[in-house]
Amino acid sequence: MSNAKESSGQPMISFKNVHKWYGDYHALNDINAQVNKGEVIVVCGPSGSGKSTLIRTVNRLEPIQKGHIEFDGQDVYSPKLDVNKFRAHVGFVFQSFNLFPHLSVTENIELAPVTALREKRSSARERALQLLDRVGLANKASAYPGQLSGGQQQRVAIARALAMNPPAILFDEPTSALDPEMVGEVLQVMKQLARDGMTMMCVTHEMNFAREVADRVWFMDHGALIESDTPEAFFGNPQSERAQRFLNDLRSH
Amino acid sequence: MTDILQIISDNWLLLLIGQYPNGPLGGLAVTLLLSVLGIVLAFPLGVALALCRLSPFWFLRHPATAVVYVVRGVPLIMFIFWTYFIVPQILGRPVAGFTTMLVTLVIYQSAYLAEIVRAGMTGLPGGQTEAARAIGLNYMQTTFKVLLPQAIYNMVPAIISQFVSSIKDTALGYVISVNELTFAGSQINATLLTMPFQVYILLAAIYFVVCSALTQLARTLEKRIAQRRAGRLPARAAAVVGVAAPQPAKV
Repeated sequence: MSNAKESSGQPMISFKNVHKWYGDYHALNDINAQVNKGEVIVVCGPSGSGKSTLIRTVNRLEPIQKGHIEFDGQDVYSPKLDVNKFRAHVGFVFQSFNLFPHLSVTENIELAPVTALREKRSSARERALQLLDRVGLANKASAYPGQLSGGQQQRVAIARALAMNPPAILFDEPTSALDPEMVGEVLQVMKQLARDGMTMMCVTHEMNFAREVADRVWFMDHGALIESDTPEAFFGNPQSERAQRFLNDLRSH
Repeated sequence: MTDILQIISDNWLLLLIGQYPNGPLGGLAVTLLLSVLGIVLAFPLGVALALCRLSPFWFLRHPATAVVYVVRGVPLIMFIFWTYFIVPQILGRPVAGFTTMLVTLVIYQSAYLAEIVRAGMTGLPGGQTEAARAIGLNYMQTTFKVLLPQAIYNMVPAIISQFVSSIKDTALGYVISVNELTFAGSQINATLLTMPFQVYILLAAIYFVVCSALTQLARTLEKRIAQRRAGRLPARAAAVVGVAAPQPAKV
């Protein structure tokens, strides 16, 4: 893993005037923002604010109706883009893990390299085992997802995303479906990734993670990106009334 | 009861394999052969029909939907008559009863299997497709590597049920003189003349034993699948994994 922190300032993901509607509902309202190489962005906001929608537009799981998104220099919504090839290079981690239950942990990780990238199975397997080691699950290589705890499944899902050597990983509420005692092990892996210089965009409610790891926090409400600031500034001195209310609600729990 | 035992001891070979090897194979052997071949040949057709039914392309979806609706909306015996009367006319030569019955069964079962497979596919959580697409698999790879294996695995009990019903369906071959179990029973009845009740009770008992055994198998498998989903079957999973387990030397 190269030390991408040094090359900050270069955009990895950029949103320009992005709009999305579900029928009449304005899900994303004029998003303009940029994730630089090596940066960790935490996206937060009340539910229904459009955080997950935003992150899902980056690899075209959700289409946009207006605006531009660029990922690693590629126009994501260009008609000429080979979507499958493109998606293979965008890491994505889901809230509900979405591991393939009929495949073993190792097979889950090597499926995309072997199928989409036509990598040799032996080298894909070797990498899968290395990645499992990296997320602390080397001893679960031949287990099936159904035999793992939620936290372990999510760590496998992270390894699956890493298997394609993505320049950035998108996390869509990676700890929201977990029992509280399993949140820590997943955050640990994510923190390690961040330290290794991975560019990350995380939708999460884990404010301690944001404080510790994020370079910037984006606050969204009603489909709009309202604040983008360092964690210190955002948590210490939120500008908008809505962000203040959101942080108060979080603290009162 | 003694009558039935007498019938069995006199005719068990006829009931099992017909007049074979001195005549054509028949009896339970042909019944099972018809249903096994029927389901084996119908399976790929059923999967193809199901995939067409789910296809984003209307020119695949509409014809497949029409086929499934028509076949499921018409009694099997109509199909048997159609094949029996029309196929020899098209080919210009007589067709064996066995072949007629097999072709009919394959068409009929494939429509039902298609609906089973389709239900299995649509019943999978949407996250499976999303995850497959998100790691860069295309439509076909997603279908064949991720969705179909899970759908078929989950639908094994339903497929066995369909197999059981196809065993019972083969009895209809009697009307076009296919030499199967019901045909053998009728032969015995025609020789004995005085004991139709006993003969047909025996016949029913044979069907019942075979079909209920398979139904029981389906039920057992259903339980195992439920257990395995919940991750409570380490022994079996470990056995499966044993084949695919990575070489320790590579770690």
